[in-house]
Amino acid sequence: MMNKRFICLWFRYLLTDWLTLKRPELKEVPFVFAASVHNRVVVTAANSLAEAQGAFKGMALADAKAIAKSLEVVPHIEGQEEKLLIALGEWCIRYSPQVAVDLPDGLILDISGCAHLWGGERGYLKEMLTRLISKGYHVRGALADTVGAAWAIAHLGKVKPIIEPGGQAEALLDLPPAALRLEPLVLDRLHKLGFYTIRSFISTQRSALRRRFGQDFLLRIDQALGYEDEPLTLLQPAESYLERLPCLEPIRTRTGIGIAIKTLLECLCERLYKDGKGILVAILKCYRLDGEIIQIQIGSSRASSHVARLYQLFELKIELIRPKLGIELFMLEAHKVGDTDSEQEYLWQPEGCGLADKSLSALLDTLANKIGADKIHRYLPQERHWPEKSLKLASSLKEPPATSWREDRPRPSLLLPKPVSIHVSSILPDNPPMFFIYKGVRHVVKKADDAERIERPWWEDKGQHRDYYVVEDEEGRRYWIFRSGHYHDERSGWYLHGFFS
Amino acid sequence: MNATKELIDKLQQDILHWQGFKQQGTASAEAIGLGAIECAFPNGVFPKKAIHEFITVEPEHAAASAGFIAGILKTLLLQGGVCLWISTSRTFFPPSLIAFNVAPEQVIFVDAKAEKEVLWVMEQALKCGGLAAVIAEVKEINIIQSRRLQLAIESSKVTGFLLRNDPQKLGSNTCVARWKITPLPSVLEDELPGVGFPRWQVDLLRVRNGNPGSWKLEWVQDAFRPVVDVVEKEEAVVKLMTGHYA
Repeated sequence: MMNKRFICLWFRYLLTDWLTLKRPELKEVPFVFAASVHNRVVVTAANSLAEAQGAFKGMALADAKAIAKSLEVVPHIEGQEEKLLIALGEWCIRYSPQVAVDLPDGLILDISGCAHLWGGERGYLKEMLTRLISKGYHVRGALADTVGAAWAIAHLGKVKPIIEPGGQAEALLDLPPAALRLEPLVLDRLHKLGFYTIRSFISTQRSALRRRFGQDFLLRIDQALGYEDEPLTLLQPAESYLERLPCLEPIRTRTGIGIAIKTLLECLCERLYKDGKGILVAILKCYRLDGEIIQIQIGSSRASSHVARLYQLFELKIELIRPKLGIELFMLEAHKVGDTDSEQEYLWQPEGCGLADKSLSALLDTLANKIGADKIHRYLPQERHWPEKSLKLASSLKEPPATSWREDRPRPSLLLPKPVSIHVSSILPDNPPMFFIYKGVRHVVKKADDAERIERPWWEDKGQHRDYYVVEDEEGRRYWIFRSGHYHDERSGWYLHGFFS
Repeated sequence: MNATKELIDKLQQDILHWQGFKQQGTASAEAIGLGAIECAFPNGVFPKKAIHEFITVEPEHAAASAGFIAGILKTLLLQGGVCLWISTSRTFFPPSLIAFNVAPEQVIFVDAKAEKEVLWVMEQALKCGGLAAVIAEVKEINIIQSRRLQLAIESSKVTGFLLRNDPQKLGSNTCVARWKITPLPSVLEDELPGVGFPRWQVDLLRVRNGNPGSWKLEWVQDAFRPVVDVVEKEEAVVKLMTGHYA
């Protein structure tokens, strides 16, 4: 097996360097990031100027302010380190395809077999560091056989940054125990016991070390020395599904644009199909001769790599492209992709019906692209008595109902979005009115069902309950009316809420 | 004489054929559950590949029409079929479909901005073989618009229902049938109190190549049932009193 080599990069002032790059005026200013942790405001990062004045990461902000005069304070940005490291890591993929983020402030590169491309390890590391430094980051790097050793040298090494193959044990001996990436508690204990360097305890019996400091302690030593593998979570370079179509002659006609889109879709879909992926959102950019870029976007509710179907979606929007002098370059990118269901699945669907039908989802895509996806609804039952709340919007075409629809009580065919107040007369408690007036028409109640009392959920508000009646008037027209509140209550009123068929 | 009749019958069949009414194998296989009403249509078969127009003046009519259509949907949506309901101001309440044995989750609602958009959506939907039925609420439709819809339908086998809410003018269009559904007083057996099964006056005002007529139907135990004679007397009295259906 080929000898493994690793580089550890340590961005000592990651956050502050980044902010200085963004706001150059901070270059000469001592500043810290601060966040409140457990009722205390704590410094989460400090730049070198602040550190020179004595304000360090982990201090209470009040203390730091007392020590360092004219200290600028910037609110901490949650998750910013990781974002920066991922971006830096992706940049580093040019040096090695295997890059891992080492939170909170480092990167690990597996560079086995890469260095010779830059003329040896020395030139390789130097090139990497100079370029990162020229970007504006304080960075230290070290190269060794193991991740643990590279980390130790990058953070605490004083002699040389490159440890020759097999030399990690010797290089680590004079470093403090912190170089082994140990828990603060263990470090504290080691310190109390007088172990100031790795040399002082490395030859102690393993069983004794395990008993005192735990299994993790031994694992860290083994990882640094190379007896134990250390798995890395590698950054996956995002593969962009992008196709370009430069045109010899500028395209000016609708037909031409159509052909261009089709050609691009064919290339893109072939790639997607091989990867088992489909387009959810695709963006087409048209670079015009006059320098303008026109962008159109389509969305599909089901990941698709079907050229004809996707083309249909674009076809609806071609008219939005104004070619003017002509388009010299088309660029199509699958902005969002998803896994496609295999074709096999469709074979088992009953032909031409059902929610899983392909032509149906194609239709809904067309509609959503033209009138908006928020205009298309599907409803599922919800276990609530309040009529307006007894159904909820389905999140997708295939979402099955979680509960069954209520069948015990009739529900009207039409439900008014807001109950309409009606005039009633001859009312008796626990009975529907003898007649009511709705929109100026008097309805004599001939038949009625017993009341259905629907209470408001107690957790929502203290509004009144409703007593619903199904009533039929002298002409056979059937209504859903209710009295809100109790019969005796002054606030109670009668409303018409729906029409039965 | 006999020969002439045969010739005329033959010609009528030909005309039907040219107009897209194919002779079905057996009528019973295509039955939609409307019983005697289906005989009003050419060949005695409810045309599924066509657009049916429902005139609704008042919301009460709309509710009755919705119930009647739901009853037809029950047969159309068998085996998990899906239908589309398009409107601009929707008051239709999906849980009501339960009473007609239709699963509300099989209906997809599209809320369009304007009447024009409703017709566009309907045209797109009618072309989609994955749907069993399309229902659209529109106020007006002219002959050109209805012809577009009919053309769209011919490539699929989707049934279209147009709910004409409060139409200003009932112009001519290419819909295969014009219906009017009005609610009738329900009757509970044994004179029990309470509201009975939904009951309607079904008026088939116009049928292309068929015979218009009027029927009384009610929805009992998941099926349309013609209203029987015993209660017809009562209906007649009501009619006389209200003068509504004279």
